[in-house]
Formats: sequence, structure tokens, C-alpha cells
Amino acid sequence: MSLPLLEVSDLAVRFGPVRAVDGLSLRLPAGPFGLALVGESGSGKTTTGRAVLRLIRPAGGAVRFDGADVMRLRGGALRAFRRAAQIVFQDPDGSLDPRMRIGNAVAEPLLAHRLAPRALARERAAELLGEVGLEPALAGRYPHQLSGGQRQRVAIARALSVEPRLLVLDEPTSALDVRAQARILELVGRLRKERRLAYLLITHNFGIVSELCEQTAVLYLGRVVESGPTGELLGRPAHPYTVALRSAVPEIDPQQRRSRVILHGEPPDATNPPPGCVFHPRCPLAIERCRVEVPVLRQVGGPVGPAGSAGAAESAGLADRLVACHRAEEVLAS
Amino acid sequence: MIGVELPAVGLAGTTEPAGRRPRGLLAAGGVIAGLIVLTALLAPLFAPFPTDAGTATHPFAVLRPPSAHHWLGTDAVGRDVLSRVLYGARVSPLIAFYVLVIACLIGIPLGVAAGYFGGWLDEVIMRITDIFLAFPALLLALALAALLPASLTSVTIAIAVTWWPWYTRLIRGQAASVAGRPFIEGCRALGIPAWRILLRHVLPNSLTPLIVQVSLDVGGVILTASALSFLGLGAQDPTPDWGLMVAQGQNYFTTAWWVVTFPGLAIMMTAFGFNLLGDGLRDVLDPRKVFVR
Amino acid sequence: MSLDIGPLRVRFGDRPGVVNIENLTIADGEIVGLAGESGSGKSMTTLAVLGLARTVGATVEGSIRLNGRELVGLPERDMRQVRGRRIAAIFQSPAMAFNPVFRVGSVASRALRLHGLTGTEAADRMAIGMRQMLLSADLLRRYPGQLSGGQLQRVAIALAIALRAQVLLADEPTSALDVTVQAEVLDLLRGLRATEGMSVLFISHDLAVVAELCDRVAVMRAGVIVEQGEAAQVLAAPTDPYTSDLLAAVPALPPALPGLPPALPGLPPAPPGGLQ
Repeated sequence: MSLPLLEVSDLAVRFGPVRAVDGLSLRLPAGPFGLALVGESGSGKTTTGRAVLRLIRPAGGAVRFDGADVMRLRGGALRAFRRAAQIVFQDPDGSLDPRMRIGNAVAEPLLAHRLAPRALARERAAELLGEVGLEPALAGRYPHQLSGGQRQRVAIARALSVEPRLLVLDEPTSALDVRAQARILELVGRLRKERRLAYLLITHNFGIVSELCEQTAVLYLGRVVESGPTGELLGRPAHPYTVALRSAVPEIDPQQRRSRVILHGEPPDATNPPPGCVFHPRCPLAIERCRVEVPVLRQVGGPVGPAGSAGAAESAGLADRLVACHRAEEVLAS
Repeated sequence: MIGVELPAVGLAGTTEPAGRRPRGLLAAGGVIAGLIVLTALLAPLFAPFPTDAGTATHPFAVLRPPSAHHWLGTDAVGRDVLSRVLYGARVSPLIAFYVLVIACLIGIPLGVAAGYFGGWLDEVIMRITDIFLAFPALLLALALAALLPASLTSVTIAIAVTWWPWYTRLIRGQAASVAGRPFIEGCRALGIPAWRILLRHVLPNSLTPLIVQVSLDVGGVILTASALSFLGLGAQDPTPDWGLMVAQGQNYFTTAWWVVTFPGLAIMMTAFGFNLLGDGLRDVLDPRKVFVR
Repeated sequence: MSLDIGPLRVRFGDRPGVVNIENLTIADGEIVGLAGESGSGKSMTTLAVLGLARTVGATVEGSIRLNGRELVGLPERDMRQVRGRRIAAIFQSPAMAFNPVFRVGSVASRALRLHGLTGTEAADRMAIGMRQMLLSADLLRRYPGQLSGGQLQRVAIALAIALRAQVLLADEPTSALDVTVQAEVLDLLRGLRATEGMSVLFISHDLAVVAELCDRVAVMRAGVIVEQGEAAQVLAAPTDPYTSDLLAAVPALPPALPGLPPALPGLPPAPPGGLQ
């Protein structure tokens, strides 16, 4: 099996007593490929995105990019990594320097990495602006003179300037109107094809992942509770939280609406996670076992054991579906 | 009304058209500040009695009230007040200039480093700053000025020593706040080296409050320098320092008000002018306000 | 009860109007959605109805009638009686509604007392409202910073209930909330009609939320309502190209699933949050 582009193993990130990420693993092959990290506040998805890019120091676990341990990179190798893996933030307002014209902002990484002399960098910046669907004439403007959607595109252009192979998109559309959102998603789809990008799409909105991401991982309180091919996961979830999350998405078409699973109670306290399965206090299906035993992330459908035990799972077409729930099979069956 | 506050609705037109008001302040302040600078430069041209700003004395023209011959009167040794006030523009504002430049040269790098890097560097720098801030500024300046031989240089050094901590603290706060913004993290993610981030992103975004503060402080420094001169620790006769002139004239205030009043007015005008300039700059420097539809 | 908006024009100085509504009516017990993108003027409409447009420098011309009584031009003293008591409002940022240095209970109590209730009456009514919102009344003793966004929003709605407001203006109340919390709040809002007879004007850029919650919907663009009608109708068969545009932009999800198995052995589901 070829080396995955990105491999996260047992990642743990702590902010003081808060366990933002607690034993998270994922794998991302080289592009074109999209992996969605779906979760709500406190799920650890944003923290994971930052840790992957070495913007945060993890307390445990490992992040490997192209096989190399990201946390140990130095000098030239570190610079190369910084060019290969990029991030686009949620807040189009804060993600650009308010005092820098956008043309310069897009050219800056090129200059900083000495990838091009000044004149050429400016040309390249104009090209990049065009690539993300902005008029190169806008290069002289300041961020506040652009709309939210346009600012987000500038942020993408800036990230693309160094020709990354991995792009982390942290809630790229949450702050945007529905049409601007559609345009950004379309852009990402196009870039994926044209640049053969691999990306990690972090979002709380299931709606945007089906077009762009082959795989989805659902996060809750710093861990992966379910993961698998997007279509499968959304069509036939195996974890009660995924069901609730999916059912919570509002639907325009009344035909598509089904009974909603309303989760009551507040999201758990990250400094003091509940015992056993962290979801059990809010889970409509919780049983005694859930209170006591932490469910392991395992292949669904097969015998309860470490991932890798094929057989029954594969024949049910469920290979590659991982879930951390004691009652996953029952959820799947319904 | 319920305890409901207005939503932060981002609406076009809720901010005043930036063109007018701030430019007004800037213009007024700029004019006054400009006048002061011009006066300093052109004093020799306009002063009717240039030597009076130096060592000349006229024992027969002592304490003459304002007249056609001496527009602002004469002082206790017969020197033309107008000339001395004009030449004074070279003294006090210049002190202010040196003090503020020194304070910035020390304060900005320390503040930016402390704010951006945080950690132990921040602790060390801020504790040193705290120590200096713990002394009442005027007292510290006094003590230093008293230790050093009385002169303008001593006054400059003494005041600069008490001034830099404020700027360090100011810049540090700004730098720390800027350092937390997503675009800085984005710069780090892009592999942009720290020095470049500091120079091209943190610094420009941290300077606005400082620029405003510096303009406002011109008046403050002049007043402090005047106070020190007043106490005899700074400029010495015959230097036409405004503060010194006020000191020398205080004994005659009731009989020859012009000796004190005009230098005093000069101090006030300078402080006022630079205050306006500072206010005007603050508004104009915000790129957001530069462009309002 | 009826809230009749229009013809209404809101503008800033001499600039073209940011709101230009011909007619928008919220009838008794209705949930009406006002959908549009940012800058469409929907928030300005809310401010105009509350009589707050002046505070942001806008001029309001036209008519807004609550049960026949004209609100435009009403002196501030009278408007204060209307705000909260007759027309309550909740906004996108629940934290902004509550002064962070006061306990949420005090803020609520003060609002109620301003409208003529005694302290005891206020406490009783709030308790009822909190229960409706599935929150423990204990939470009223907390400071805003100690409550989550969803909880704060529910306290704000509880206050509207306590005030016995006739209309609730909800300006993007769930946009800043997690999707599962949003589902809960929407569910609770739906219940308001049944238990309190409260009408709701629900403002949002999210068409799907509007579709789920609202009986009627008005689509707003550049200050003008381009389409209005039964929600199911407008969203299934829009007549205005802008509406079609917006609908086309909503990302599609693979078909939904039936939901969790109804009866399975095990613990009873966790009791409605906050009551433990």
C-alpha cells in the first residue's frame, strides 16, 4: 500500500486541563482526495487541523507527512513542509492583514520563500487571483473593500501560492452567505481537479461534504466516533451521534425530512469527560455498558476486535467503515 | 427595553463619511504643528532682536510692557520677549523630539518582542518595564536631572528614561493582540520567517496607537521639560527655553504679566496643536475609515 | 394580533433606501420567515420594527402597524412599552443580549419589572418560561459567560415568553449555534405557537431552516421583497429568479434516513437537558 500523504496517529492535544483532542487517528492519501472532519464545537476538529500543520504542539501521538514526523522537522525540511501543507481559516475577516493590499498578500509567500523575484511574484499573484475567480485588477484593494466571499478567495489564493499538496480548510464557508458558499465550494472542487489537491475539510455542516469529500470522519469530544466513505456514512450511519447530527440538518424539501433525533443536554465538559463512552449522557441508545466501557474505534459489522478483521465486514460492503459504539450494528440495521 | 443590546449590524453608512471630520482635526493640528516647526526654522528671520535670544542684555529696557517697539514686551534683563519666544521654538520642541525618538527606539523593539514571543522574554521585559513604571515619572526625572549636570541634555535623558516604559507597554499590548489574529497564524503556516512577520505584519498593525500617543505626548514632554527647567534643573540662562522663561518671570507676574504669559501660551499652543494632530492621525490612519462608500 | 409592515422605507441620509417593503404581514400564531443574504436589509427591518433604526442613523418612513396601532413615529416613551412587552426580539449573538457583569436572572427580572411586574411575578413567569425552554431555573443565577450559546438563546426566548410578547422577532437566532443545538432551539420555537400563541418573524439566510420552521416565507433582496407566499409553495416552485438562485445554491445532501430505532432495550434516554 502506498504511503498516505498524511497520517495522524493517536493525536492528543491539551490546553491546560482541557483535552481538546484525545486519541485521534486518520489517514489521507495523496490528492485528488478529500477527507471531511465533521463535528460541532468542542469536537476538536479545528485543533486537529492546526496540529496537522504544526501550528499547535500535540501532547501525544504523531503526525506524519509523506512519512516524516512533522513535529521533528527542521530547517530546509520544515520550510518544504510549510510549502507543501497549507491552511485556510474560517474567518475571512481575520485571515488577511488589514493593512496589506491583497495583491501583496498573495505575493508575499513567494517572496518569503524566495520562489520568485519581486516583479515575477506580482505577476504570479495576479494569475493566482484569476485562478480563484477574482479579477486581477482587485490586487490593489484592501481586505475591507472586498466581500466575505472575495476575502475567502484571497486567502485561498495566498495558500495556493506555494503550491501545496495538502490544504486544510477550516470551516471555509461558515461565515458566508449561501451563494458565496456555493461559489467557494465550486472553487475547491475545481482546484481539486486542476491541482490534484488533497484536502482536509473541517466543518460542522454535513451539507457541504458529500460533493467534495470521499471520506468523512465524525468527531465528538476529541475523538473519532465514526468514519468511512462519505456517501455510505451519510446514507447509513452506524453511530447514534452521526444519526443525530445528520438528522439535525434542516431540509428544504419536505419529502426528505424524516423524524428528527433531538439531542438534549449540553455538550460535555472537556476537562472532565464522562466515563465510558463520552457520548452516553446524551445518547438515546445508551445502555449500562456504555457508561462503563469506552468503545474502541473498530471496523463495523465484523467481530468486535481490532480493525483489520475482514470477512463479515467486507462481504457486507462495510470494509473501511470504522465506528466507536457498542451498539453500532443495531444502528446500522435500523 | 429588554436588556437587549443592538446587534452589531454591519451596514453601509453607519460610519460617518470619513472624509470630513478626521481631516478637519488633522488639518488644524497639522497647521499648528507646522507653524511651530516653521517658527523654529525661521526664528532668525523673524525675530526682531535675535541677540536677545542669546547673551544680550539691556539694562535700560527692563520690564517694558508690550509696545510697537517690543511687541510682547521685555523681560527682567530687558530682552525682547517676542524674539525669545520665537527662538524658544527651537528648544522645547527639540527636546520633545529627542525624548520621543529615544523612547520609541527603546520601547518599540522591546514591546514587539515581548508581545509577539510571549513567554519568558515577555516576563523579563515587562518586569523591567514595571520597575521603571513604579517610579513617579516626574520624581525620577527630577532625581536624574539633579544627579546630572544641569543642561538640556540631562533633561532629555532624564525624561526619556521615564518615558520609554509606557511605550513598551503600549506596543506590547498591541503586538500581543495582533499576534493572536488568524492572519499571523496563517503567516506562520506559510513558513514566513519570524523577522518578516514582525516587520511587515505585527509592527504596522501595532503602530497606530503609538503614533497617536506620540503626538499627544509632545505636549506632555514639553510640559515636563518646562517643569524641570522651572525648577532649575534643565536649561540655564540665557537659553530661551519656554519653561525657564516662565520660571524667571514668575516673580514679576503681577506687575509684568507679559514675561510669563507669552512663553506659557507658546507651551500651551504647541501642546494643543500636537494633540489635535494626534487625534487627526488616529482617524486617518485606520485603513477602514479611509474608504467608506 | 397582527403585525403589518409596509409600505416601509428605511434609508440613510440621501442614499437609496436599504429597505423598501410593500407589504409583509404576520398574522396571529403565524411563523413567517424573512430570507435573504447579508446586506439584503432584513436586519434593518427588524430594527425599524423595534423603533431602533434611528439609533444607527437611519430614517424610517411609512407604516408598521401592530394590531392596527401605528408604530412609525411613535414617541420613544410609548415605544418602550411596546418593546419587550408586545414585540420581543432575539438576535444572532445571544451573548450580546446579556450584560456580562450581571447574572442572566437579574437582567431578565429587571426587564420584567420595567414592564410593571413585581419581583415575585417576574420570578414566577421566568420559571415558567425556562421550563418551556427545557432549562432549569437554577441557570438564571449564572453569568452569561457560564452558559453556552444555545442556553443563552433559550433564556432570551424564555424572557420573551415571560413578557407574554405577542410577536417574537428572531434575527438569525441559530446561525451561531451548532447544528444539533439549532435543531433543539427550532423545535422549541415551533412549540411557542402552540403553548403561547406567539407569532414569530424569523429572519435567516439559511433557506433550509426557514423551510422547516416557517408557514410563510418572504424572500428579500436589496431591501425589496421579491417573492412571498406559503413556504412550501415558494420553495418548491419559486417564481422569482433570485429565489431559484438561492435555492440552487443550497448544498444537496444524500437522502435522509428514518431515524433511530424506536424501542430498544437499555437505559431510558437522557432526560431533557438541564433538568438533572
